[in-house]
Amino acid sequence: MTKKILYRGAEAEIRLSEYMGKTVVLKQRVKKAYRIKEIDRHLIAYRTKEEAKLIAEARSYGVSVPLLYDVDLTKGAITMEYLAGSRVKDILNGLEESERKRICFKIGESIARLHNHDIIHGDITTSNMIFLHDRIHLIDFGLGCKNSELEAKGVDLHVLMEAFESTHSKYAHCFDYVIEGYSKKFQGDSSAVVKKIEEIVRRGRYR
Amino acid sequence: MFGETLDVGIGNCLDKFGREIDLGFPCGPKIEDLAKKGTQYLGLPYSIKGMDLAFSGLLTAAENYVRHGKRIEDVCYSLQETTFAMLTEVTERAMAHTEKQEVLLGGGVASNTRLRDMVQTMARDRGAHFFVPSKDVCVDNGAMIAWLGFLMYESGLRMSLDESLINQRFRTDMVEVTWRD
Repeated sequence: MTKKILYRGAEAEIRLSEYMGKTVVLKQRVKKAYRIKEIDRHLIAYRTKEEAKLIAEARSYGVSVPLLYDVDLTKGAITMEYLAGSRVKDILNGLEESERKRICFKIGESIARLHNHDIIHGDITTSNMIFLHDRIHLIDFGLGCKNSELEAKGVDLHVLMEAFESTHSKYAHCFDYVIEGYSKKFQGDSSAVVKKIEEIVRRGRYR
Repeated sequence: MFGETLDVGIGNCLDKFGREIDLGFPCGPKIEDLAKKGTQYLGLPYSIKGMDLAFSGLLTAAENYVRHGKRIEDVCYSLQETTFAMLTEVTERAMAHTEKQEVLLGGGVASNTRLRDMVQTMARDRGAHFFVPSKDVCVDNGAMIAWLGFLMYESGLRMSLDESLINQRFRTDMVEVTWRD
């Protein structure tokens, strides 16, 4: 059926589509003319596969993610559940502080659930979170991987910290609420993760 | 600030590679020339973390290719294609995330024709506008620093010559932004 583009991201087009009578989301990774075909083909196939694997695995651990319907590696397409909620990026700045705190706490809990099973999202920003039915749904695992190292968890959270500093700069302190939620649900030593984030900040260029 | 390197900058990465294979300074233009004669792509680590990049693993891998006798032209070609694809990708991701329709390339490596082409192609395909200063003012971040100075001046900031010092530890995200909300 003809599909309406919901969102044109950097690497994929997100369309509303239909699958067995249901309204679904079709995520189609697109060829990039700026890069050579060797890199292009590799990235599209690899990320489509990783994303599908990680979404399925995250779901099995009780993390709210879209339900998968179909994966086509040659086309670089994933068909998944349509989550008719709001992007956290769009709502966070307009909330009451207490509600913002509650949402950020939930974000931290969701990330901890992933990290408890060594799932690294790879691109945790508020654009990649859908708020629906009072839950934070994580989407876009295209840069994700499995990694048991502390470093990977630190980098994963550091990405979100930077997103708070740039997209929600007035509410950058809310990252602390994320860490509170994370610390509550994380089964490992969350203070070691926090230390790792500080180390990542320190060792950046020119510091 | 949206995205930065987690280890070495791209200019530093190219310089380090050039020094390793004795290209002589400045390495960037020499790598660019050699890359033009590359014919075979050699796989290199592609490391993007959110909007951030990491080049050190890729640098080691490229140096290993040279050590193991791969054609230097092919290594330069692969190094450029991989690092520039990473840079272009995070730039596009930042544009998508912030819903911007303009991109301005800056920094010394912005002199590189292949990088310019890639970012321009990306911008064109997104229906966005691409800007880059002429090559002679890209060196040492000249145009980028001057543009920042212009924005600061326009917003009313004044500084006497005595206060103007070189601070090598000054970071992009330490600038107090007074010209936007």
